[in-house]
Amino acid sequence: MNRINKKLQEDKNLLSIYFTAGFPNLEDTAIIIQDLEKNGVDMIEIGLPFSDPLADGPTIQASSAQALKNGMTSDILFEQLKNIRETVSIPLIIMGYFNPILQYGVEAFCAKCQDIGIDGLIIPDLPVDVYNDEYKAVFEKHGLINVFLITPQTSEERIHFIDSISKGFIYMVSSASVTGGQSVFGTAQMDYFKRIEAMNLKNPQIIGFGISTNETFNQATKHAKGAIIGSAFIKHLKREGIQGIPNFTKNILV
Amino acid sequence: MIYNINEKGYYGQFGGAYIPEMLYPNVEDLRQKYLKVMADPEFQKEFKALLKDYVGRPSPLYFAKRLSEKYNTKIYLKREDLNHTGAHKINNTIGQILMAQRLGKTRIIAETGAGQHGVATATVCALMGLECIVYMGEIDMARQAPNVARMKMLGAKVIPAISGSKTLKDATNEAIRDWINNPVDTHYIIGSVVGPHPYPDMVARFQAIVSEEIKWQLQEQEGKENPDYVIACVGGGSNAAGAYYHFLEDTSVKLIAVEAAGKGVNSGESAATSALGKVGVIHGSKTLLMQTEDGQITEPYSISAGLDYPGVGPMHAHLYQSERAEFIAITDDDAMEAGLELSKLEGIIPAIETAHALAVFKEKAFKPTDIVVVSLSGRGDKDLSTYSDYFKL
Repeated sequence: MNRINKKLQEDKNLLSIYFTAGFPNLEDTAIIIQDLEKNGVDMIEIGLPFSDPLADGPTIQASSAQALKNGMTSDILFEQLKNIRETVSIPLIIMGYFNPILQYGVEAFCAKCQDIGIDGLIIPDLPVDVYNDEYKAVFEKHGLINVFLITPQTSEERIHFIDSISKGFIYMVSSASVTGGQSVFGTAQMDYFKRIEAMNLKNPQIIGFGISTNETFNQATKHAKGAIIGSAFIKHLKREGIQGIPNFTKNILV
Repeated sequence: MIYNINEKGYYGQFGGAYIPEMLYPNVEDLRQKYLKVMADPEFQKEFKALLKDYVGRPSPLYFAKRLSEKYNTKIYLKREDLNHTGAHKINNTIGQILMAQRLGKTRIIAETGAGQHGVATATVCALMGLECIVYMGEIDMARQAPNVARMKMLGAKVIPAISGSKTLKDATNEAIRDWINNPVDTHYIIGSVVGPHPYPDMVARFQAIVSEEIKWQLQEQEGKENPDYVIACVGGGSNAAGAYYHFLEDTSVKLIAVEAAGKGVNSGESAATSALGKVGVIHGSKTLLMQTEDGQITEPYSISAGLDYPGVGPMHAHLYQSERAEFIAITDDDAMEAGLELSKLEGIIPAIETAHALAVFKEKAFKPTDIVVVSLSGRGDKDLSTYSDYFKL
């Protein structure tokens, strides 16, 4: 069984963390992953940096630009992750834009992920129908779960379709926004969380975008299986460095 | 072989809608409605009336006698430079503002490089009384200050794009992010035949008025509808798409697409996407794209701010790959000389983008009997300081 599916069966609210590979320093990747696991994180999204991250706000844009400046590439990331499964057992997902994966070769990229022990991919700009028609077979051959996004504007019909082709969880984008910055979820967002919860989908939902504190984490996990934190973690890394990881997770999971 | 778009939104292998889910509702709504809206007689009536009375169409198809004598062939100039706001860009923004109104949108966003599309968008927003926000690279804002002033005078808010390389591609990223953040009330007026389907097709259809007019104007002047060649410069490719549109499937009309070689195709400072690009995804479209081996998008260079886009519209990627169009790359120097030459021979100062298309006559010989139509996409007023610095005028 894929590690993502196994993790989703655990009887707890899941904390998932996104970070940009190669930030703050090129060689930080493995140690960040190990420290996150040690400090109670349930799942990790490893961001493959891209020059033009059009669904991301300023924080992740800046971390991506820094990572590329530090020299991060797909090959270097795979090299850094080569032995990661000797020390880390939680689910690992690579999140990146489609173009770098297309250049690497989708099949070669998936094969490399399988070798390393990556469990899934999130590719925001790979549309559902293109995945379904062209790449589903390749992902499945290499044991990879492709995670799809829904937003407050996604129609009920489309949510059911996305649910029908999802094999792990659904990534629920909390609000109409790029990544980063919300201090607290308002009524409209809470209503949306409740609406999706009431749809009783086959796949559990994990909420991302705008989760930054213990309060927003609790608001999200009241109605979903888990929550993903990205920008807030990257800001913290920038300020406190890797040594700050225990403090960060402690504040979320109090 | 078909050269126009297929029912799935692709030109050959290029096109599609590679967008994050956050954009799906807006793009899908547009995809479902755009052809129906455009086919509505009321829409066409309003569109054509504005093109005539506000833009000043039809634009002349002018036989350039002295230029023709110099190159010993028959050269016609399609005078898009005489449109209101000085370029072909307004054909598309008129169409899209009418589209936005029918989609019930009240807030307009746009990206701009040199500022021509930004000005054309600000103009139609003023005309219709709609809120207008234009994203423009911080570096371009400094380079094209007069256009920034024009947009502001027209009531638009100009927001500097300070991410990445601070030029056109980053302005486009910022506009897309704005659309993600404002999914309900906002329409994004993309300025070229780029972006997710249906944008390339919709923009091409609004620009198709150019080749529609060429056909009847040539019939009047030459007694035949079809030229032997159509030449246009290509950045994203909207003026070329318009000039080619009604000739796409008629291979007796040869198409020439002119890209900016910058300081030379292999100089490392170029915007010749067909020569330097590989298949990739930019701004929601699969197309030819200048990028590193690792799939990071690289920054193009051209002396003309309207041609330095790292991608090219999917229609043009297909015209290149299928060899339907001949692609020629013109350097900064050759373009500048061609711009000066047209000024002196015909009394027309072209935009530097357009000057690239005119430089083809030095590169390629045409027969004396050939009828060659050049899309004179824009006027050179905005480029006076560049011309002046270059030629030490």
